Amino acid sequence: MTHTQLADHGLLRFITCGSVDDGKSTLIGRLLFDSKAILADALDALAVSSRKRGLEEVDLSLLTDGLSAEREQGITIDVAYRYFSTGTRKYILADAPGHEQYTRNMVTGASTADLAIVLIDARKGVLPQTRRHMTLAGLMGIRHVVVAINKMDLVGYDEAVFRRIQAEVAPLARKLEIPHLQYLPLSALKGDMVVERGGNLGWFGGPTLMELLEDVDLAAQDLDAPFRFPVQLVCRPRTGGLLDYRGYQGRIESGSVAPGDAVTILPSGVRTIVRRVEFFGEDLARGVVGQSVTLHLADDVDVSRGDLIAGSAGAPVPVRDLDATLCWFGERPLDPGSRLVLRHGTREVRAKVHAILGRFDLQSLESLPASELRMNDIATVSLRLQQPVAADPHGWVRSGGSFILVDEATHATVAAGLVLGQESY
Amino acid sequence: MTTRSLTHLQALESEAIHILREVAGQCSNPALLFSGGKDSLVLLRLAEKAFRPGRFPFPLMHIDTGHNYPEVIAFRDQRAAELGERLLVRTLDESIAKGRIVLRNPGESRNRHQSVTLLDAVDEFKFDCLIGGARRDEEKARAKERIFSFRDEFGQWDPKNQRPELWNLYNARIHPGEHLRAFPISNWTELDVWQYIAQEDLELPSIYFAHERDVVVLPGGALLPVTNLTPVPDGAVAVRMSVRFRTVGDISCTAPVPSEAGTLAAIVKETATTEITERGATRLDDQTSEASMEQRKKEGYF
Ligand SMILES: Nc1nc2c(ncn2[C@@H]2O[C@H](COP(=O)(O)OP(=O)(O)O)[C@@H](O)[C@H]2O)c(=O)[nH]1
Repeated sequence: MTHTQLADHGLLRFITCGSVDDGKSTLIGRLLFDSKAILADALDALAVSSRKRGLEEVDLSLLTDGLSAEREQGITIDVAYRYFSTGTRKYILADAPGHEQYTRNMVTGASTADLAIVLIDARKGVLPQTRRHMTLAGLMGIRHVVVAINKMDLVGYDEAVFRRIQAEVAPLARKLEIPHLQYLPLSALKGDMVVERGGNLGWFGGPTLMELLEDVDLAAQDLDAPFRFPVQLVCRPRTGGLLDYRGYQGRIESGSVAPGDAVTILPSGVRTIVRRVEFFGEDLARGVVGQSVTLHLADDVDVSRGDLIAGSAGAPVPVRDLDATLCWFGERPLDPGSRLVLRHGTREVRAKVHAILGRFDLQSLESLPASELRMNDIATVSLRLQQPVAADPHGWVRSGGSFILVDEATHATVAAGLVLGQESY
Repeated sequence: MTTRSLTHLQALESEAIHILREVAGQCSNPALLFSGGKDSLVLLRLAEKAFRPGRFPFPLMHIDTGHNYPEVIAFRDQRAAELGERLLVRTLDESIAKGRIVLRNPGESRNRHQSVTLLDAVDEFKFDCLIGGARRDEEKARAKERIFSFRDEFGQWDPKNQRPELWNLYNARIHPGEHLRAFPISNWTELDVWQYIAQEDLELPSIYFAHERDVVVLPGGALLPVTNLTPVPDGAVAVRMSVRFRTVGDISCTAPVPSEAGTLAAIVKETATTEITERGATRLDDQTSEASMEQRKKEGYF
């Protein structure tokens, strides 16, 4: 089978952000359309040859259209997911709308994204929305950001325009400390620098968008991060030869784990050793981030759903007071009296917003005093929890530092939360 | 050397296992919809990987329209028995007998009537979550479907009233009478499904592989399989050709595609290079209306 001979570089999740008419749909259409051809080529084990550009024949609105309610309104109001594959890597694209009112959609799409493409119209340069998109990408801990300066064909493929916009974005990018940032000139419509280099941007020496997507190293950071394993289920079949079987089922959210590793059960703080890392009846030498496995521990300790198994070195200290950045999604503003449930990993605890410390202004990148939290607001708050939670500070390794708030009365998910500085053992 | 990062199938598999375990952890009475079709066979393998050596924390359920290919039904029963898991079957014939479903004419497609039997079964068993094998790439209206999709007490889906899903933190809280649908393979494409079936060497009903069959080529190019439910239309002629099914469901609305692919490897290759989306090529009913899927979803269809 041809496909088994190709290297598999896993799954890359990314998000596209842009203001209306920056060319987001066109770019997505181009990627979906051109990658189909790459996939066919890859599976035929042919060299990627210069293919005829046929995008003009494809109706892009058909590729990126969503629900009929939105078709009537003529706007995208929610996150839609698109899929394509190059044969070496599979891509999941969260298509978040550009409308400024919909911070929540971008935050949702960004929460699972490894990479963000921020689109800028070469004729317009940096817009207020551009700053907002970059800031949200940074806030949500997306490590790879591609600033794609689109519609280069409309500015005569002029390098000076590209450089000018790059210089405009640079100070913001530095402030946000985005670890992997790339600038790219392109024409989504004509296809230059999307999948093929084209002949018009000869002055640009960097990779095409597709080369860039293909080369992102996904494993590097999460694998070196501390081990975190929220327990989803306890497996105790209690039948036949399995009377003593006791496995903890869950997914490795960061780092890796091997038999012999010292771990701490949280919030209890009990320490033990990993005995086996099992997957579907087989023993793994090491389980790595992303894998759903079953752990067996050396001691008969008390572990249940909602507990966190963490590497003992640097395990987070369980706390009942938590400072966090919230992105408020609720239709109604935060009511200080409302009963909320905080979900962190597999743990659920009652929570109250004790104080609003400040509202983050996406324009000035400053924290302003605030007494209220409304839909799409981003604010720092103090939370008080009924039971302790062992959370990590939200950083470039995202797991462990993120949570959601659920309204106990309506069951709506009302906020996404990012944990601010925390103690660890 | 140990694994550094996961292959795309491992990543998808791991995510699906995590979702299945969240259903088990958060819901009190879920069920897994199992038809004998390829997507639900993938779900069963994923459930094995999620819960073995334990038993599945939910029964399997099939809503049988009575218009299924017999080899698929036989396969469904065989697979449930091999796994030793409980299979519940509720039929449209029962719903029709009880007057819950009224057909305008006996030959009409039973596909959209499934919602009635399905929602009655939810009431009967008090299920709070139905696990299904729907994928977002199947249809435009599904591209925005949540992994945990909320249904109101009428079983209805409101695209404007869905919960944002952040990271992998799913909110499965519901009020009495409401229920959830959970889609563990939301992020899989048809190609991923076939690659996974090939990788896991899963057994499938025989009609998924190329075989000779009498079909009528419809004006749009779709193939109408000739069966006693779907006879040759007046004035049309049947031809015999090598076909396979990309999806199996109600006979009256599932069409085969021309194919010589007799092995999983050949199907993977064909799928990778095909230009037509799965439903575009193989669903006879969706072609009538652009928004028909969204409409049916609102009514409680899977
Ligand atoms: N000349 C030119 N036009 C483009 C380019 N990309 C997009 N457009 C056009 O800009 C308009 C808006 O593009 P669209 O993709 O719908 O933008 P969206 O609102 O961001 O999805 C359309 O008329 C596109 O054809 C480009 O690279 N060059």
